[in-house]
Amino acid sequence: MLLLLEQILNGVQLGVFLFLIAAGLTLIFGIMGVINLAHGSLFMVGAYGAAFFTQLSGSFTIGLLGALVSAGLTGIAMELAIMRRLYERDHLDQVLATFGLILFTNELVTILFGRTPLFLDVPPILNGSIEIFPGVDYPVYRLAIIGVGILVALLLYLIITRTKAGMLIRAGSTNRDMVAVLGVDIGTMFTLLFGLGAVFAGLAGAMAGPLVSVEVGMGEQQLILAFVVTVIGGIGSVRGALVGALLVGVVDTLGRAFLADLLKLFMDSASADGIGAGLSSMSIYIMMAIILILRPNGLFPVAAQRH
Amino acid sequence: MKMTIKSTLLASAVSLTMAASALAEPVKIGMITTLSTGAGYLGEDVRDGFLLAVSEEGGKLGGTEVEVLVEDDGRKPGNGKQIADKFLKKDKVEIMTGVIFSNITPVVVPLTIKAGAFYVSPNSAPSIFAGKGCMENYFVASWQNDSLHESAGVYANELGYKNAYILAPNYQAGKDSLAGFKRYFKGEIAGETYTKLGQTDYAAEIAKIRDANPEMVFHFLPGGMGINFLKQYSQAGLKDKFPLVVSTASMDERIMSAVKDAAVGVKSTAHWSVWLENDANKAFVDGFKKAYGRTPTVYASQGYDAAKLIASALKATGGKVSADQDGFRSALKKADFASVRGTFKLANNNHPMNDWLGQEVVKEADGTIVNKVVKVVAKNHKDAYADQCALK
Repeated sequence: MLLLLEQILNGVQLGVFLFLIAAGLTLIFGIMGVINLAHGSLFMVGAYGAAFFTQLSGSFTIGLLGALVSAGLTGIAMELAIMRRLYERDHLDQVLATFGLILFTNELVTILFGRTPLFLDVPPILNGSIEIFPGVDYPVYRLAIIGVGILVALLLYLIITRTKAGMLIRAGSTNRDMVAVLGVDIGTMFTLLFGLGAVFAGLAGAMAGPLVSVEVGMGEQQLILAFVVTVIGGIGSVRGALVGALLVGVVDTLGRAFLADLLKLFMDSASADGIGAGLSSMSIYIMMAIILILRPNGLFPVAAQRH
Repeated sequence: MKMTIKSTLLASAVSLTMAASALAEPVKIGMITTLSTGAGYLGEDVRDGFLLAVSEEGGKLGGTEVEVLVEDDGRKPGNGKQIADKFLKKDKVEIMTGVIFSNITPVVVPLTIKAGAFYVSPNSAPSIFAGKGCMENYFVASWQNDSLHESAGVYANELGYKNAYILAPNYQAGKDSLAGFKRYFKGEIAGETYTKLGQTDYAAEIAKIRDANPEMVFHFLPGGMGINFLKQYSQAGLKDKFPLVVSTASMDERIMSAVKDAAVGVKSTAHWSVWLENDANKAFVDGFKKAYGRTPTVYASQGYDAAKLIASALKATGGKVSADQDGFRSALKKADFASVRGTFKLANNNHPMNDWLGQEVVKEADGTIVNKVVKVVAKNHKDAYADQCALK
């Protein structure tokens, strides 16, 4: 029973982490209508920024700031140089261009840092673990990720629903021309929005750094999951991204934790291990298929008009 | 005018034939390896180790001029097939090498052998090509996949562990690894888990390990996967509770530098160490550090040995590969070269019989973290499939 609780907590933690990545993706994808495959690259820039500036300064806080700034600047540069030429073009062009950006960023990071993964450890203040249930120690850092994820969700919610900028963002996504006619500089707004999405990706990368290998191509592994999350949640919906991320995190974790053991009730242990492992890596995609059959626009569809 | 052209052509043809005997076309070697993804440093080190051997001789191997073509497979079998087709059909490569991952080897090797070329593996050597499926033109300069992990099983026995939790990615080499460990480990298996290839989050697996309460943990998670696991495992506070005994693939120099303190105490087995005291190894380690400015990993040593093995055969045939297949093959079998691992001998299935070293990562007084050789755990270790191979 304790193990089940712990695994559910692991699932929630993975979900919150996926939300951190998907939040920026869904903003850009839903509001600006751009498919940005390079979102994973911004995640990587965040992780490398965190590792680099932490090593330079010896402080994770400075590393985190460095990560946010470098990811944000990279995002703004990407928007100015490439993305803004793509808004009026179809999705295939966007996929091609942003795929090219992945290759470009990976190669650039390889040239700058080499192929050896960088060192980044948990900041001392978040090191260690605390007993959450009797006999179960849970790493403090994973709890911190849950905390940061909840903060980001709140922050995004407040920005979009309670501020003037949020109002413009919503208006711009519904009818871009009308907002422009009303005297709003929609170009600058989109640049900043893309930068904001990049900052979120960078935050996710920096938070992931102490847990995973900081290496070239680390973003692509997360990107696919982040897309699954946004599609399940409804493209453009931050609330959907949160729910979708939690679903994906919990289903994936519980699949990995219990599927093989469950199958052992019906079959011999060797084939149960093999099939269990195979099925558990498919589980989230099966879930996505089922959700899309029932609700083709995701759990929280955003009614946006596009032209 | 016509006459002149004809005579010029004739003259150049003559001079070409003459040149051919003195200065033959370089032997083409095709290297398909993994340079991107989290495992990119594996291929990088195999490549750099291999090229170090070539540059030591000024572009030659065994006195024969060679041209090494390198391409990245991105850890995808589909890419491996495409590159192999190009190397073999368009570039007319005579020797192939380089593959890191055992999901790509089964694609590249049969294509190579079918095209009449030789394959010399610097890393991956899955079980399917070691037993009944062994091939006369397929050679391995590293180890057979299973033996890498068999040695970890032997080491775990010697350390006195009676019960182990084991995990590996769900693909050919992952299955080989668990089979290899279990073949020699005498204790009980507390639990067995297959993970995704390239997995980043291991929280679920770590919770299962804690729940199973084993005496030790064995895993096969090479490259970035090993870094992910080790960071999370040590943060969960399990590293000292359930010690790790792994094979060198899960504990190399780069993993150590990426996790630092989280590696201290991890025990592993390897067929080569940067600390080996033979002359070939000293020259290799010094040369590698000088050329690339970093410490070589076990992968670099394998790339270097693969090149030296090829060099020994080229020397014996005077640079002939396709023109003297039998000669080249029997020269490869002899493996007459000074290996960085000390001795190098091939079994009947063309896989080496290695001495396996037991190691432990320790923190020195000055704070540096090193992987120290503790003892020899197996000598002249033959893999489990050699007896099923029909080759002599």
